[in-house]
Amino acid sequence: MLDGNAIAGVLEEIFGQDMTAAAATCSGCGRSGPMAETAVYMRAPGIVVRCCHCDTVLAVVTERRATYCVDLTGIR
Amino acid sequence: MARAALRGRLTWQLGTVEDVVAETDMTASIVLRVPEWPGQRAGQHVDVRLTAEDGYQAQRSYSIASAPDEDAVVLTVERLEDGEVSSYLVGELRVGDELELRGPIGGYFVWEEAMGGPLMLIAGGSGIVPLRAMLRHRLARKSAVPVRLLYSARSHHELIYREELSGLGVEAGVDVSVTLTREQPPGWQGYDRRIDRALIAEVTWPATERPLAYICGPTSFVEAASDAMVSLGHEPRRIRTERFGPTGR
Repeated sequence: MLDGNAIAGVLEEIFGQDMTAAAATCSGCGRSGPMAETAVYMRAPGIVVRCCHCDTVLAVVTERRATYCVDLTGIR
Repeated sequence: MARAALRGRLTWQLGTVEDVVAETDMTASIVLRVPEWPGQRAGQHVDVRLTAEDGYQAQRSYSIASAPDEDAVVLTVERLEDGEVSSYLVGELRVGDELELRGPIGGYFVWEEAMGGPLMLIAGGSGIVPLRAMLRHRLARKSAVPVRLLYSARSHHELIYREELSGLGVEAGVDVSVTLTREQPPGWQGYDRRIDRALIAEVTWPATERPLAYICGPTSFVEAASDAMVSLGHEPRRIRTERFGPTGR
């Protein structure tokens, strides 16, 4: 497990700006914090981002041939 | 559920290797000249991409070790066992080679003079790299922000930037504490155990000083250090963390 800093490049590629300092609110526990402090699993098929407090899946990022698919499933 | 398919906007560029400096048996600093480099903030990193002849690509993130005030971009890389990218960067890369990279990346784990202090820097192993950029930035700007640094490594010969860090001291406004967790040289005066709450309590600024803390290292190290600081009454919002580890991306 790493943290949101590890996917700073991918997030910037997708969103066009740094997202590590941006706040995300978890739909599971309602807590809010910077993307940098999320729990990130790089070795899953794709990148899985989880809430560091309650483990709710916040986002899943997959890539194929330079096209990203981003599911922001647990961010509100 | 939001779904988006977007094309990349960060651009890859080529840097030329100007020098490769061995820091320890397993780490080297790669000094790069990057023509279109926009400048970085202390603590940021770059993504490095290697491409094989058959088109296979491997990508990793590495912290920038140099200060924004320096001309070259320096990456200090630790060679991991079976490290697909790091074993090339530390061992095969030569002066004059080109390296594909993009950055600077990351806006959270950064320190700039204007953010003030006092600074509490806590590093485990190669987690010292982005913190060294902060120390160098502070020095280059002649900042008076007081710093305490706690650096944990397995042994004396695994300490990265050993000479540089031992050159810092009270007169530079930097209080350096080192703990060697596995092996200590004869007559070692520093700490000799893994970080724990008592050690953190001893070396960090008191919570009443409201230090700005940067903790970088392997995940378990970072969790232990940040948990200890929070339990000692430090505000979580003033503790910034970055976890290092093999990514296999």
